[in-house]
Amino acid sequence: MRIRLEPRKAQSPAALYGAPVAAIALTMLTGMVLFTLMGFRGGTAVFEIFIEPLLEPERWPDIAVKASPLVMIATGLAIGFRANVWNIGAEGQYIVGAIAGTGVALATYGVDGWWVLPLMLLASIIGGAAWAAIPAILRIRLKVSEILTSLMLTYVALQLLYYLVRGPWRDPEGYNFPQTRMFDEAQTMPNLLEGTQLHAGVLLTLIAVLIAWFVMSRTLSGYQVRVVGLAPMAARLGGFSEKRTVMMTMLVSGALAGLAGLIECSATFGQLTPQFPVNYGFTAIIVAFLGRLHPIGVLVGGVALATSYIGADIAQTASALPQAATGLIQAMMLFFLLGVDILVVNRVRLRPSLAQHAP
Amino acid sequence: MSLDIAISVVMTLVIAATPILLAGLGELVAEKSGVLNLGVEGMMLVGAVAGFISASLTGFTPLGYAVAGLAGLCASLLFAALALTLGANQVATGLALTIFGTGLSSLAGAGFVGTTITRLPALFPPALAGHPILRLVFGYDVIVYLSVALTLAATWFLNHTRSGLILRSVGESDASAHAIGYPVTAIRYLAVAFGGALAGLAGAYYSLAVTPMWADRITAGRGWIALALVVFSSWRPWRLLLGAYIFGAVMTLELYSKAAGFALLPPEMLAMLPYLATVVALAVIAMRPSRGRLDAPRCLGKTFRAGA
Amino acid sequence: MAETTTRLELSGITKRFGEVLANDGVSLVARKGEIKALIGENGAGKSTLVKIIYGVQQADAGEMRFEGAHVVVTSPRAARKLGIGMVFQHFSLFEPMTVLENIAIGMDQALDRRKLEREVTAILAAYALPLDIHRHVDTLSVGERQRIEIVRCLLQKPKLLIMDEPTSVLTPQEADQLFDTLRKLASEGCTVLYISHKLNEIKALCASATILRGGRVVGECDPRIETPRRIAEMMIGAELAHVERARGRTPGGARLVVERLSVSTDEPFGTKLEAISFEARAGEILGIAGVAGNGQKELMLALSGETAAPARAVRLDGAAIGSLPPPARRKRGLCALPEERNDHAAVATFSLAENTLLTARERKALSAKGVIKTGAMRDYARRVIDAFKVATTGADAPARSLSGGNLQKFVVGREILQEPQVLVVDQPTWGVDAGAAAAIRQALVDLAGRGSAVILVSQDLDELLSLCDRLYVMNDGRLSRPLTVGEASIEEIGLLMGGVHGQTDKAHARGDHAH
Repeated sequence: MRIRLEPRKAQSPAALYGAPVAAIALTMLTGMVLFTLMGFRGGTAVFEIFIEPLLEPERWPDIAVKASPLVMIATGLAIGFRANVWNIGAEGQYIVGAIAGTGVALATYGVDGWWVLPLMLLASIIGGAAWAAIPAILRIRLKVSEILTSLMLTYVALQLLYYLVRGPWRDPEGYNFPQTRMFDEAQTMPNLLEGTQLHAGVLLTLIAVLIAWFVMSRTLSGYQVRVVGLAPMAARLGGFSEKRTVMMTMLVSGALAGLAGLIECSATFGQLTPQFPVNYGFTAIIVAFLGRLHPIGVLVGGVALATSYIGADIAQTASALPQAATGLIQAMMLFFLLGVDILVVNRVRLRPSLAQHAP
Repeated sequence: MSLDIAISVVMTLVIAATPILLAGLGELVAEKSGVLNLGVEGMMLVGAVAGFISASLTGFTPLGYAVAGLAGLCASLLFAALALTLGANQVATGLALTIFGTGLSSLAGAGFVGTTITRLPALFPPALAGHPILRLVFGYDVIVYLSVALTLAATWFLNHTRSGLILRSVGESDASAHAIGYPVTAIRYLAVAFGGALAGLAGAYYSLAVTPMWADRITAGRGWIALALVVFSSWRPWRLLLGAYIFGAVMTLELYSKAAGFALLPPEMLAMLPYLATVVALAVIAMRPSRGRLDAPRCLGKTFRAGA
Repeated sequence: MAETTTRLELSGITKRFGEVLANDGVSLVARKGEIKALIGENGAGKSTLVKIIYGVQQADAGEMRFEGAHVVVTSPRAARKLGIGMVFQHFSLFEPMTVLENIAIGMDQALDRRKLEREVTAILAAYALPLDIHRHVDTLSVGERQRIEIVRCLLQKPKLLIMDEPTSVLTPQEADQLFDTLRKLASEGCTVLYISHKLNEIKALCASATILRGGRVVGECDPRIETPRRIAEMMIGAELAHVERARGRTPGGARLVVERLSVSTDEPFGTKLEAISFEARAGEILGIAGVAGNGQKELMLALSGETAAPARAVRLDGAAIGSLPPPARRKRGLCALPEERNDHAAVATFSLAENTLLTARERKALSAKGVIKTGAMRDYARRVIDAFKVATTGADAPARSLSGGNLQKFVVGREILQEPQVLVVDQPTWGVDAGAAAAIRQALVDLAGRGSAVILVSQDLDELLSLCDRLYVMNDGRLSRPLTVGEASIEEIGLLMGGVHGQTDKAHARGDHAH
C-alpha cells in the first residue's frame, strides 16, 4: 500500500477551526501519558496546566498580562508568515524595542509630562522596526535568507542589552546590579484594574489585533500580503511588488515586537534588566501558527499559551512538575498543529502499490 | 604570550569548533539533499541531554555519545515525518523541533543540573597527548579526530561516490531525480537522519566535553551558528571546517580576553562578534556574483510531492 | 505483418484522466530500423501514448508487444531494461553538475567513472556528437543538454528510442545534427519513435507516420509522399476547410500598437522576443498562432505589464504604456489574462469574490483609499457568475473548488465585464470542456463586436481560424507577416508554425516601413 495525500477541493470550516482544537487535545493527551511515564500524576498536571487557570477568575488578569506580549508579537509575525517572510528574530526586535524605549526613559528621567510615555512607545516601535529592517534589506537587496540573519541579530541584541545594563546604563544607585534605574511614574504603563497586574499594554495589544484584523481582511495592503505569500505570479499580475511586501511585513512585525518589549519592560519590570527577555519572541511563533496566522486566531492562541504558562506555575506548586514542561507542551502543540494542518488541507488516500497490479 | 599559552589557546579553539563542525556537517548533507532542517539547535539539545543522562547514569562516557547520536537521529525523524512524509512547511517544522528540543532537554535534564561526568580521555597515549608541544596535534579526544575524519568522508562521499552523486541530484532537482526513478523522499530521510545523528553527537560534545556538566540550554545557540556556517561554506565540507575553526577562534578570543582581563572591547561586544560576523559573512557571500555551482541546492526547503 | 521486422506493436491502448479520454484504442506498429513519426496537435494524446510505452504511466486497457513478446512496462526502469529509451521534452538534468555526472546519475547501474568516460567518449565519437563531458550543465546550450539525454539513452544500447518533440527547443543547425544522429541510429537497426508537429522535418526524416487526433489514430501515411496539406488536414481535422468564421465586423482604427518590442529572458527555457511589431484594431480579434514555447508567454508578460519594456514599444490608443505596471495599464483599458489559471490568473485558495480584486479593482472600483469594498467585490463576482453561467456554489466558493472550465469562464468573465478597450488572452480554452470553450469563444466575439480589440494567443488552429479576422504566427520569438483569415492557406500557416520562414524577412521589413 502507498499513502498518498490529495488536496481537498473544498475546505470544511469545521476542520479549519477544529485543527487547533484537535492539536491542543492531542497535546493534552500526549502530555498526560508523558507526565505519567515520568512519574507525575499526568491527568492532574494536564488539568492544572490547561483548565484550572480558566476556572479561577482571579487568574484571568494574569492570563491577559501574560498573553499580551505574545499576542502583540504574534500578530506581527503572522502577517509576515502570510507573505512567506520568516522573521524568527522577534526576540531581538523585542529587546531592541525595549532598549530604544528605555533610552528615551533615561533621557527624560525626572521630566514630568503626558508625552513621555508615548515618546517611549514611539521609540520602541522605531527601534524594533529598525532592527527588523536589517534582515529585510539584506533579503531584498542580496537575497540573504531573513531566517538566519534575523535570528543572529537576536543574539546581538541580547549582548547589546547586557552591555548597556552592565555599562553605560547601569543604575548609579543600584549596588552594582546590572540593571537600569527604575522608571518613574510618567514612564510606567498605567494600571487598569486596582489590585491586579492588568495594565494599559493589554489594551494596546487588543487595539493592535483589531487594526491587524481590519488591515488583513479589509484593505488592499492585507490582500497584497496574502497574494504575495500564496501566489507570487498572481501577485505580479495584480501589480503587487514582492520586495515592498517583504519590507512592509518585516517593519510591521519588528515594530510590534519592539512595542511589546517596551510595554513588558515598563509595565512588568519598571526597568531594563537582563532578566526581561524570556523567549516571548520565539513562543510567539507558536502562537502565530496556533492562531492560523489570523489576528483573531492569534488572540485565542495567545490566551491558550498564556494559560499554559500560568497553569505550569500551578502544576509546579501542586504537582511538582518542572517549569521546563511548559516548553515541551508548547512545542508539542506546534508539532501536532503542523501535522493536523496537512490533514485538513489534504485527504489521505491509501492506494494499492503498482506492483500488485502487475501480472 | 608564551608558547604554552598559545598552544592552550589553539586547543581551546579546536574544542570550541568541533561541535559546530559536527552539527554543520550533518546539516550540510541534509541540505545537499534539499532539506532545510532548522531544528539543529533542538536536535543538539536532545543529544546533549540524552548523552549526559546516559553517561551520568552508567558512568560510561562513550555510551553517552552513542545514545546522543541515536537521540538526535530520533529527533530528526520527527522532523522528517512531518516535513517529508506529510509535507509540512520545513521552516515551521524545523522551528518546532528546536522549541521541542529546548523544552525536552530542560525537562529531562532538570534533575541532573550540577552532576558531573568524566570526559573522554585523549585518544593518544600520554607521551604524545601530554607532550608540551605535540599535544597541539595529539592532545584531543576521539570526537575531535572523528569530526575531521567525517569532513574528509563527507567530501569523498559527496564528490566521489555514486550515492553522493544521487543525494546531490535529489537536492538539485527533485523532479528530475524522480523522473529518472530515484526514491526522493527515502533519500532525504537518510540525509536528515544523518544530520540528526551528527547534531546529537555535537550536542553531547557540549555536555560531555566542553563543559562536562549539565546546564539548561547548554548549546547556547551554536546550532544556529552551524546553520549559518553551512551557507558560509557554500555547501563544501572543507570550507565548513575552516568556518568552524574561524568561529572557534572568535569564541576563544572572547573567552581568553575575558579571563586575561585585557580587553579592547567590552566582553559583550566580543560575545556578539560570532553572530555579527555570521550576518556579515552571509551578506558578503550573497554579494559575490552567483556562480551557479556554489549556490544553494536548488530544491532547498521546497516540499516535494511525487505527482501521479 | 512480418513478425521478424516488427519491434513495437500497440493494440487498443486506452487511457483516461478523469473525464478526458487521452488515448482511445490506439494501435500502431513500428518496425526495426524505422523512424516513425507520431503526429498530432497539442492535446492529441501523443505524449500520453509514449509515456505509456516508457512506463511512466500505465494504460487502462490495451496490449503492448515488444520484440514479439507481450510486455507490461511498470516503470521507466523496466522500460530501459527492455531496451526502450526516451528523451523527454523537459530534460531530467542537474544544472550545477558536469555532463559526465549527469550521465552517471541517469544510469541504472553503477559504472566505474573511467569506464563510463571511455564509453561516453566512444559514443560521442561514433555519432559525431559535439559535447564536452567535463563542462557543467548550466553552461550548456539547450541542444547540448539534449545530447546528454541522448547519450544516456545510447549507453543503454536501445532498441527503441522515443523522442518527444525534440526540435521544439533547438536551433535549425542543432536540429540538423540531431537528424544525422537519428538516421545513423536507424541504420543500425534501432527504431525511433519521433513525436512532432513540424511537418517539414517529418517529411525529411520519417518513412511512416501515425496521426493522432483527440486521442485516436486518424490516419497512417508515408510523409515522404503525402503533401503537408493532407497531413495538416488529418492532424487538424477535415472540418477545418469549411469553418465559418463570424462575419459582419468592420475593424476600426488601431487600439493597441506594438512596435519593435524586444524583451530578453533569464529563464533557462525562455524565449527572447525580437522586434515584435503588430497592431490590433478596434472591433477585431487578432490571433497569435504558434507552437508552445515560441515566445507567447514572454509576449503575454510584456503586454500585461508583468515585465517592463520601453514605454513606446507598447501604445494603447496612442499613449505610450510599455513601461507601466499592470494596474496602470488596466486603468487605461488594457486587460490581460495569462494561460495558467491556477495561481497566475487566479489565486486557487481565494474565494471567487476575492479573485475579482486581483485584476478588476481599478476599473470596477472594488476598493477605495486602500480599503476593500466587500459588497462591490461580491456583487461583481456574482455578476460574472451569472453572466457566464459559472457552475459554483457562489461568490464565496474558493477558486480551486471549481472545475477547470468553470474557473476559466470566471476569469475570462472577470476581464470581459470590465469592458476593456483591449483584451489579451492566452489559451483561454485550453483544457476546458466543449461547452465552456464555446461560451468563452462567444464572449470574445461579442466583446470585439462592441468595439474592443481582442488579441487571442492560442495553439488551437481551429479556434484561431474560426474566431480571428487576422493572425500572426509566432516562431522563435518573432512574428510572421499578418495573415488574413480566409485568404491564408492552412498549408502556409502550418509551414510558418513549423518555422519555415519563407516570407518572414519580407514581413519584418514591411512591418518596419509601416511605422
